[in-house]
Amino acid sequence: MQLLLAIHGAVATGLLWAVVTIGIFTTYRILDFADLTVEGSITTGAAVAATLIYNGADPFVATLVACFAGMAAGLMTGLLHTKLKIPALLSGILSMIALYSINIRIMGNRANVTLLRLDTVYTVFENLGLSNRNAVIVVGLITVILVIAVLYWFFGTELGSAIRATGNNPRMIRAQGVNTNTMIIIGLVISNGLVALAGALIAQDYGYAEIQMGVGSIVIGLASVIIGEVLFGTKNFMRNLISLVLGAVFYRVIIAIVLFIGLPPTDLKLFTAVSVAIALSLPVFGDYLKTLKKSLREGA
Amino acid sequence: MLEVKNISKTFNVGTVNEKLALDGVDLKLNENDFVTVIGGNGAGKSTLLNCIAGVYPVDSGSIYIDSTDVTKLPEHKRARLLGRVFQDPMMGTAANMGIEENLALAYRRGEKRGLRWYITSQERELFRRELKTLGLGLEDRMTTKVGLLSGGQRQALTLLMATLKKPRLLLLDEHTAALDPKTAQKVLELSNQLIEEHQITTMMITHNMRDAIRYGNRLIMMYEGKILLDISGEEKKKLTIDYLLGQFEKASGSDLASDRMLLS
Repeated sequence: MQLLLAIHGAVATGLLWAVVTIGIFTTYRILDFADLTVEGSITTGAAVAATLIYNGADPFVATLVACFAGMAAGLMTGLLHTKLKIPALLSGILSMIALYSINIRIMGNRANVTLLRLDTVYTVFENLGLSNRNAVIVVGLITVILVIAVLYWFFGTELGSAIRATGNNPRMIRAQGVNTNTMIIIGLVISNGLVALAGALIAQDYGYAEIQMGVGSIVIGLASVIIGEVLFGTKNFMRNLISLVLGAVFYRVIIAIVLFIGLPPTDLKLFTAVSVAIALSLPVFGDYLKTLKKSLREGA
Repeated sequence: MLEVKNISKTFNVGTVNEKLALDGVDLKLNENDFVTVIGGNGAGKSTLLNCIAGVYPVDSGSIYIDSTDVTKLPEHKRARLLGRVFQDPMMGTAANMGIEENLALAYRRGEKRGLRWYITSQERELFRRELKTLGLGLEDRMTTKVGLLSGGQRQALTLLMATLKKPRLLLLDEHTAALDPKTAQKVLELSNQLIEEHQITTMMITHNMRDAIRYGNRLIMMYEGKILLDISGEEKKKLTIDYLLGQFEKASGSDLASDRMLLS
């Protein structure tokens, strides 16, 4: 029963993190850009939404503003990379570190903002009689469905397909008259907008925004991307997007189970890092096994 | 229609690897010229094409297309005027995207890309017809990812992409060099056919002197960043490999044996 409760909670959390996962997918998979801005922009989203709500703003408006703040963070990374020619990884790290200070400023020179007893986006649904967890699940589901629908449409447009081509073969698409720098910036803006949106929703779920909440999010996101793709497939774009959501939820469920079994929460990041390393190296092991099998067969 | 005025380009300035790739090149192309470009390794052939395409900025000199100065125009802005096929079959297409997606991307070369759907049903029909002319059966595999095609199929597709929206100038950078001889001949024939059919002004780099003589109405030979020979019309039709080799030897002082040109 307790495990079921834990899994119920994990599904709710997983749906919110699915939005982070889709954001990371946009840069990591579509643009082939490992963007570390995420670690900062998730907190930016949380900080902006929490501070606004704390100061009496409507939670939906606050969440929307948080999304825009994340877009600005993505724009910053994009400009560092394309205009100042700083390598992708470093551009993200610079933004991430800059956002740490900025996020503290957003929260009024504090390391956290509490939302205790304040109305959040979930309150509306709780007032309809839903439990807190179910309210989060409903909001998470609505958000995820909207995000998937919009992204599926967007990446099917002329502009969206030019962005996909930029991640796939920048030389080719430049020869077709596309400014790849602009495409990279648009991708980063979308990605970090989504991540900050998720950050805002996560903060309202937790009941606070906290300066450290983004730490490790890139790895969690990558873990979800990979788990989703491995378990649920990438046959077409829609399937791939849905896989991301399932991956994010599945990851949270695994974590819930692992914690239930008795792993100390402080070991979670190690657990995540190890599972991502294993998932990323699967192809290597696959090749190794193939050659091993082959040599065994030939040897016999 | 294309005018290259005294352009120079040096790579790795100030290092031991400093290399003068183009040394005051002048070139004027007439409408519908089909120029084959030959020369040894490091002669500056690819650099010339890449400078025209805007991949590299030139150090000095200027480039005009249709009397517009494009010298300062970035690569993606010149793309409107140019069709390009590269030596590496992987280079000209997006491997993870479908055949029709690649064609749709190319069909919008140089145009503003908005929030309309990436392809229309009329375009799909047009692409199907065009693919049929390649005779590779690709018209039945429009959603197949390009990464699954062979090198020859990819080059044929890239050629189609480069000419689908008629370019002012087609730049072929040794586009058959990475293919097996039979496929290379096929792709070359296809190129020639497309160029003649659509009357496209073309520059084609090749290492094969026989092809350089057989195709096109004009031939230029480059050596150490300069244009050594520029032969056109009737005179070109009478060219022989021996004559070209002789000219090359005269200019280079007969270190020809080490050069890849001999191989073809």
